[in-house]
Amino acid sequence: MSSNPQHEVEAEVDFIAEQNSEEFKELRKTHRSFVFPMAIFFLLWYFAYVIMADYFHDFMSIKVWGNINMGILLGLLQFVSTFAITAAYVRFSNNKLDPKAKKIRERLEKKGA
Amino acid sequence: MTTSLILAQAAGATSVGNPWVNIAIFAGFVGVTLVIVLRASKNNKTAADYYAGGRSFTGTQNGTAIAGDYLSAASFLGIVGAIAINGYDGFLYSIGFLVAWLVALLLVAELLRNTGKFTMADVLSFRLRQKPVRIAAAISTLAVCLFYLLAQMAGAGALVSLLLGIDEKLGQSLVIVVVGALMILYVLVGGMKGTTWVQIIKACLLIAGTAVMTVWTLALFGFNFSELLGAAANVAGTDAVLNPGLQYGASSASKFDFISLALALVLGTAGLPHVLMRFYTVPTAKEARKSVVWAIWLIGAFYLFTLVLGYGAGALIGPERIKAAPGGVNSAAPLLAYELGGTLLLGLISAVAFATILAVVAGLTITAAASFAHDVYASVLAKGKTTPAQEMKVARRTVIVIGILSIAGGIGAQGQNVAFLVALAFAVAASANLPTILYSLFWKKFTTQGAVWSMIGGLGSAILLIVFSPVFSGRETSMIPTADFALFPLANPGIVSIPLAFFLGWLGSVLDKRTEDVSKSAEMEVRSLTGVGAEKAVDH
Repeated sequence: MSSNPQHEVEAEVDFIAEQNSEEFKELRKTHRSFVFPMAIFFLLWYFAYVIMADYFHDFMSIKVWGNINMGILLGLLQFVSTFAITAAYVRFSNNKLDPKAKKIRERLEKKGA
Repeated sequence: MTTSLILAQAAGATSVGNPWVNIAIFAGFVGVTLVIVLRASKNNKTAADYYAGGRSFTGTQNGTAIAGDYLSAASFLGIVGAIAINGYDGFLYSIGFLVAWLVALLLVAELLRNTGKFTMADVLSFRLRQKPVRIAAAISTLAVCLFYLLAQMAGAGALVSLLLGIDEKLGQSLVIVVVGALMILYVLVGGMKGTTWVQIIKACLLIAGTAVMTVWTLALFGFNFSELLGAAANVAGTDAVLNPGLQYGASSASKFDFISLALALVLGTAGLPHVLMRFYTVPTAKEARKSVVWAIWLIGAFYLFTLVLGYGAGALIGPERIKAAPGGVNSAAPLLAYELGGTLLLGLISAVAFATILAVVAGLTITAAASFAHDVYASVLAKGKTTPAQEMKVARRTVIVIGILSIAGGIGAQGQNVAFLVALAFAVAASANLPTILYSLFWKKFTTQGAVWSMIGGLGSAILLIVFSPVFSGRETSMIPTADFALFPLANPGIVSIPLAFFLGWLGSVLDKRTEDVSKSAEMEVRSLTGVGAEKAVDH
């Protein structure tokens, strides 16, 4: 990595001290407090759906509206939840993560230069 | 060829359309993309240009290219066909392919962009010992690329017989050679920039083509999806096509097999090396995020289209006619295109299917070449004492070798049942790559030994389980139907190999007597979240 001139500056930065700084800890906490619960949620919801489609055929075959049954409905809901989580993550990172990351990045780049 | 076509049409219109129209439209696609690739190649000066397109693509462009890379001919023809014949269970398959992108979005894309340069191994070896980790990562990268490539090239042969009416083996082999040669040319000359443009154009054509067919199909049923479902159930003669269970519900083994497949699909996508490499073609982590967001919208829309097209083919063509057509299940989408828009739409959809194969194999080849040249050659064989020019020379030679290998493999695999290869590629990506990626990004105590155990254990167990599964022996549909050494009852190894790889990564780390560099670990974590010192775009 050091063969790239862009990285020479980081030799100046004490990353261990930076990792232990309150500011960075706060950023890491913010990041993990969103992505971990969200990842667990969508995996559970996806596997709940897979198990229902795999083992509970009668329930999935219940007609809800016309020929649209629970299976199609829950399948389409997987699309909806995927789109919704994507949109929520974008909002969260733009508002909460990016400003914090940017502050640390700019401070470190100034220090290195 | 014309006589055989007329004969086939006389025999009950099993082969439809005009092969020359299909060829002409495909030739147009090749012509346009070649010009773009040649223009893109003028700026291929550095390794960052060749491997990562100068990191100058926007999130939207890269997201479109990701969709182009991801939506293979198998997912287009295969899923439409699966829904047309097996109904709901085909749809079930596509949901896994979409939901999987949340793993990439939430846990992988941005952190990877911030810490790596060109390959997956850059990230994995950041804070661990270079040599063992890079070799293990390169082996699993090459394995995934090779399985995927073989599946695509073998699929090309089948597509030829379906769309161009060439049934003889020689003619099919010739087309595989042409596809392989074009792919080598694109990757050799255009590098990542050229490959990316091929994928962008292909994604636009594929999504536009399927969108037109979707609206057209829905219009025939008064834009009433319920009515379309009813018509499909009517033609099939049973409501069962609307309910789950037709494909995976046969036995308790097949039900369990589906759980195993679902696990590999949802965890495999974020470990596919050719998908990971695409995150390096954008200038910042924020653009990497935008790429995944855009890819999720496009891929989601595409799978919604395939739902309509699959049931549309079921309603307008019917499962019986689809099964009887040359190409069987895979012919559902082309037959529907012909039913709707005649020769011209069929030609367009056929050309898109070919372009799809071309774009996907190009993406796989550049990934494999980058991994060999950057991880095996430059970092291990030459011990870092090489120039970027020398490394790129090796990468280009690797492209030629991989191209020739995949042509030979594609010809050899003709007529073989190789559909399992794509599922195997996902299973290997989920077991050999994803655990190590997640551990190195999120677990401080992860060590070199853990990484090597996890990758080799995940790769080895996935391949061993496939060899001893019904895919290889013991059934009429197996590769070797005459023998029976199927000790493992499932066709998908993920449910065993993925937890095993996570376990080995943990075990190898806690048993490791050596400690890793604490400052490297700190640097990786700070960089991954803040983007300090991340590779910038190349100015031209």
